[in-house]
Amino acid sequence: MTALLLENVHKSFGTVQVLKDIGLEVADGEFIVFVGPSGCGKSTLLRVIAGLEDVSAGRVSIGGRDVTATPPAKRGIAMVFQSYALYPHLDVEGNMALGLKQAGEDRKVIAERIAMATRMLSLEPYLKRRPSELSGGQRQRVAIGRAIVRKPDLFLFDEPLSNLDAALRMATRVEIARLHRELGASMIYVTHDQTEAMTLANRIVVLRDGRIEQVGSPMELYNDPANRFVAGFIGAPSMNFLKAGPLGAPGAELGIRPETLRVAAEGPIRGTVTHVERLGSDTNLLVVTPTEETVTVRLFGQHDHRVGEEIALDFDRARALSFDAGGKRLRH
Amino acid sequence: MHKARHNPLNSIAAHAALLTWTAIALFPVTVILVNSFKTRKAIFREPLALPDAESFSMVGYQTVMKQGDFFLYFQNSMIVTVASLFLILLFGAMAAFALSEYRFRGNTLMGLYLALGIMIPIRIGTVAILELMVDTGLVNTLAALILVYTAQGLPLAVFILSEFMRQVSDDLKNAGRIDGMSEYAIFFRLVLPLVRPAMATVAVFNMIPIWNDLWFPLILAPGEATKTLTLGSQVFIGQFVTDWNAVLSALSLAILPVLVLYVIFSRQLIRGITSGAVK
Repeated sequence: MTALLLENVHKSFGTVQVLKDIGLEVADGEFIVFVGPSGCGKSTLLRVIAGLEDVSAGRVSIGGRDVTATPPAKRGIAMVFQSYALYPHLDVEGNMALGLKQAGEDRKVIAERIAMATRMLSLEPYLKRRPSELSGGQRQRVAIGRAIVRKPDLFLFDEPLSNLDAALRMATRVEIARLHRELGASMIYVTHDQTEAMTLANRIVVLRDGRIEQVGSPMELYNDPANRFVAGFIGAPSMNFLKAGPLGAPGAELGIRPETLRVAAEGPIRGTVTHVERLGSDTNLLVVTPTEETVTVRLFGQHDHRVGEEIALDFDRARALSFDAGGKRLRH
Repeated sequence: MHKARHNPLNSIAAHAALLTWTAIALFPVTVILVNSFKTRKAIFREPLALPDAESFSMVGYQTVMKQGDFFLYFQNSMIVTVASLFLILLFGAMAAFALSEYRFRGNTLMGLYLALGIMIPIRIGTVAILELMVDTGLVNTLAALILVYTAQGLPLAVFILSEFMRQVSDDLKNAGRIDGMSEYAIFFRLVLPLVRPAMATVAVFNMIPIWNDLWFPLILAPGEATKTLTLGSQVFIGQFVTDWNAVLSALSLAILPVLVLYVIFSRQLIRGITSGAVK
């Protein structure tokens, strides 16, 4: 069964077209991540799915039901917001209960659901606290709990980790992945952080300017991007794009991932090291070629390179990608 | 407490300034209160002296109680003020919510139109208002005053409240929508509690001018049954003779209810400020 079906979805604000002909099918239990630069329409698309924005044209179906004209509360969704959006005047229990109370659920059912969510998220000690008495991480867990108790057909996450610090972000990421396994529910997750996208997603949807650029599993997008935009967007540090001519390659540009470059005695690329980042496990070099192109090199382990050093670089030609002048992938 | 940041000189200077200001602000009120308990002679001989055994007199209060229906005036003022405040806050907040929350054609224009009322004094339209009230048979009713004061208070209320409501997080309102709350529930249960400090500000700003107003009661509701306190007190002020005992007593009594209302609203103000601070 399909959890979500988007057909030719368009959305405009006045004369500005924010979403252009979006089509997407999400299978039951899938974890889908929307990524893209800011302003690409990923949050708007999520709000369209939630029913917080109406579509200008097209159809939205959730769980096989056409919900294009259904209000958010009746779509069978739950949403977790970047700013947590907890009700400030209610305690943790009240926050989780509100949606069910509005839906007229039985009091016993509400208590059971809250007990389940509380157990899953270890929120027992905080049930009687107000949101203002909780830390950021705890607030986000309450927000996730508020989504879980509704037992929705579809979970929507709007950049839920962007307000957390790095350590907490990692812990919450693991928690969301665990929840997805335990609940087996369909989830849609919006982020601009590609680590989150790569680690959480079954499939990633890359958006740009209101259009879907490519849909695929994280490794498909990394290994086999459809165009220059996806190639540059997925992977960190991002892919190097060098003029193809001097390297004897077809097309306009050759895309080389920083991790497929290596320092060699003799190589097709020569340049000066302008910056060295030592991360312990990796060493990143920024190399500027005589033609003013900047190349990022990712070396595994610790290496003793200095700024100002002249080096030569070699790369794995089988793993380099060719693009034409319009940014389209050339396959050989 | 904070020794490093604590400078006794600064503290003394700050307190001196605050005390001076308090003295200046309280002086007229004190003079009114003190003199309302004195005989007429004592008021003019030594206006600043406290009442003693010889000069103490309740004659002012007795006159006030005897002359006219003072409790009725009191009640009228209270009804007019409270009802107007309620309507200003209710309709002002609703209009502000609509203007700040919904995108519709003419939103900005509507906002400007409502804000125009801040700049144009309602008293300019007195004659038209009076004609309107005569035509609708509302002259000499409290409803006439309530309607006028509501109209007078709405522009500023809409202006201030819509500014505050824009700051209420969209995510919060959307979370309410996903949880199945109606737009009214979102307005009353999520947004209103969060803009409570702004509501208190609007209430205080509107309350004092309404309570003290003489103009509209005199023109629209001068009848005995609908006199407000301010208008009622005017009987003691004559062109040639003024019963100062009665005037001062009436003023002293008139302070009380506003004081009570102000205490209620200012507690909201303070609570609003501290709840934001500990977040």
